[in-house]
Amino acid sequence: MTVNALCDLLDAKVLCGETDKPFLGVYAGDFLSRAMSRVEYDCIWVTIMANVNVVAVATLTEPAAIVLAEDVVLQEDALKAAQENGLTVLSSPLSAYEICVAISQLTEESGE
Amino acid sequence: MSDTVKFHFDVDGSDFSSAGEASVTVKKKLRQLGYPPEVIRRVSIAMYEGEINMVIHANGGTADVEASDDEIVIILSDKGPGIPNVELAMQAGYSTAKDHIRNLGFGAGMGFPNMKKYTDEMRIDTVVGQGTTITMKVRF
Repeated sequence: MTVNALCDLLDAKVLCGETDKPFLGVYAGDFLSRAMSRVEYDCIWVTIMANVNVVAVATLTEPAAIVLAEDVVLQEDALKAAQENGLTVLSSPLSAYEICVAISQLTEESGE
Repeated sequence: MSDTVKFHFDVDGSDFSSAGEASVTVKKKLRQLGYPPEVIRRVSIAMYEGEINMVIHANGGTADVEASDDEIVIILSDKGPGIPNVELAMQAGYSTAKDHIRNLGFGAGMGFPNMKKYTDEMRIDTVVGQGTTITMKVRF
């Protein structure tokens, strides 16, 4: 499944980065130290945190994309840092729970 | 051990927006040097946690990294308040971070546990009122 597919599924806007890439797995959470050890390379990280510290954690852990829930958008300095570090960031009106459920259903349907 | 590469950083304690820069730089350098992804991940997590701790609790400090053929050594040194109870600080979920720090996403109380979990050796030298030096080693 690709990040592209998530844009439609989650009614998400692309704030920055490439979306034509696959992902594997999802982690949802806002505490950075928890995310630091649980966000895997090429997964989707669902969070409502949108500051530069999120960008730093993502730069270190390299998720396929960060999906910001509840229409949260990146703060200006965070957006700049995300672009500089080649991160993909989406913003969805759905809650973190709804995002996880939607991805889970899509994953099951596609048999992945 | 002839090819040890050393990095030194001054970690700014006044600016949360730049917190993590040293760790990100080290990660990129280690990748250029061809270290295995899993080693880089472990070093990144451990160093980031330590770097953040120095910014939150100690008004910054220094970070030194020595990368050789079979291990990477991370030394984080600050002149902060020191850690009164190391055993307590090592407990998962224990945090002394203030609310405004937690609002940034820090303060999960997983900093030290992560540093221990992702390194092969972690040593804490701390004196209350004088500062803390943390030495971590990742072997491979």
